[in-house]
Amino acid sequence: MSELLATLNQVTVEFDDRLVVDRVNLTVHRGDIITIIGPNGAGKTTLIRAILGLQKASSGEVTLSRKLVIGYVPQHLALESTLPLSVKRFMMLTGRTLPECQAALEKTGVGHLLDASVHHLSGGEKQRLLLARALVREPDLLVLDEPAQGVDINGQAALYELIRQLRDELNCGIIMISHDLHLVMAATDKVICLNQHICCSGHPADISHDPAFIETFGPRVAESLAVYHHHHNHRHDLHGDVVESEPSSSVIDHQECSGHAHH
Amino acid sequence: MPIIDAVLNDFFWRALIGGLGVALVAGPLGCFVVWRRMAYFGDTLAHSALLGIALSFLISVPLHVGVVLTCMVLAIALVLFSRTRALATDTLLGILAHSALAIGLVTLSFMPDVRVDLTGLLFGDLLAMSRADLFWIYGGAAVILTLLATLWHGLLMSTIHPELARVEGLPVERLRLVLVLMFSVVIAVAMKIVGVLLITALLIIPAATARRLAHGPEHMVGLAMMFGFVAVTGGLSLSWYLDTPAGPSAVVTAFLTFLLVYGTAGKARI
Repeated sequence: MSELLATLNQVTVEFDDRLVVDRVNLTVHRGDIITIIGPNGAGKTTLIRAILGLQKASSGEVTLSRKLVIGYVPQHLALESTLPLSVKRFMMLTGRTLPECQAALEKTGVGHLLDASVHHLSGGEKQRLLLARALVREPDLLVLDEPAQGVDINGQAALYELIRQLRDELNCGIIMISHDLHLVMAATDKVICLNQHICCSGHPADISHDPAFIETFGPRVAESLAVYHHHHNHRHDLHGDVVESEPSSSVIDHQECSGHAHH
Repeated sequence: MPIIDAVLNDFFWRALIGGLGVALVAGPLGCFVVWRRMAYFGDTLAHSALLGIALSFLISVPLHVGVVLTCMVLAIALVLFSRTRALATDTLLGILAHSALAIGLVTLSFMPDVRVDLTGLLFGDLLAMSRADLFWIYGGAAVILTLLATLWHGLLMSTIHPELARVEGLPVERLRLVLVLMFSVVIAVAMKIVGVLLITALLIIPAATARRLAHGPEHMVGLAMMFGFVAVTGGLSLSWYLDTPAGPSAVVTAFLTFLLVYGTAGKARI
């Protein structure tokens, strides 16, 4: 078993007596890619904020391994336009060297924006900048809140592919929130379907058959996911160009049905 | 030459040195006020300075000490209060700003033996700068500039994105507290120059002017210091030659510089 990075034990978050996150248990190991899905208001962002220490849990506990470096890609990069800030300066604030920052920006496809103002970036570019900033810190745990938001449709698949690559290169654990069910499924080891509590969790292929999943997302979504198990013979890079890939890479394992955690 | 005559004059020279000291700290802190949208917060602290003055007379401590302590207490109270979210922050600030000012004025009226130059306190009395004032200004400036230099990275990062800063392990809340305590010091220091009612202007206008020309946070701080000094020098000159009140003259100069820069400089590049 690889190194344990984070453990959530019965984590509960309440806002003014409204239960937002209900008794969530979760473990994250090095090398895991865990995707949290769920309807609006399901408590997804609150849950990852609890993991990040930005939101205090009402009860239960979050235990992080010692000296854990966390990379965080928030949902939005809302910056005060009165603060003059270039992409370069924003990256350099991590304390890394310029070549390291440049390499990280190249990797997420925004290397050409080094001297641009962060205020003039598009939504998708900001998202890629945030990802570059998170990865230049060489995190043990990468936490992403809807990373593909504002990224064009071709870029989205490439972005998730990049996230999977980063897991291999950095050997980190990844937790992300996503609405792009189809795209996420191919690049995820474990899906957690959250609706305050964990409705169901498990391997992407299995979860679409799970009654709790069907109940939360409706039979149409579940069906469309179930038929998604076709093979790609190519993928797209960050610029949308076709790249050949080994045909077996996206085959989803249909075995090891996970336990059903609905209550 | 009349200008050289004026510079060599002792009063004028002292006022100019004092003004430079204030511009040195008003520049960086003014940038934080603009970046963190704390204009109203600064205003509230400045208003409470008058309460501090009244209290210093009441318990006979030096004015600067009374002002710094009162502002610090109020600053901490504001930070704690705004966390409870019982009232919208601007409502809370509005209540405290004017209540503190009013309590200060009422308290002063109960002390008929105390003769204070109220206009000077409210609008500044640059030309009455004493050696002791200079000592306070440069002492305060040294403390603030040292703190800023030491904590610069954390302060900047937690201003840019407080949540990222927290995830990266920076003590965001504590840094915020240090920042508001620094405001308390700068208010006590700048009070003499522009008066409690105009301090926020000296913080904000030079920083806003600098924004148009700056291409990085530190560059903006440097420019704000420079524009602050221009404002103080201009105010002093106006006051000297035209016998206008020094504080308002400094703010008018700052405003004219702002208009000039925004009228002539192109759009900010970064």
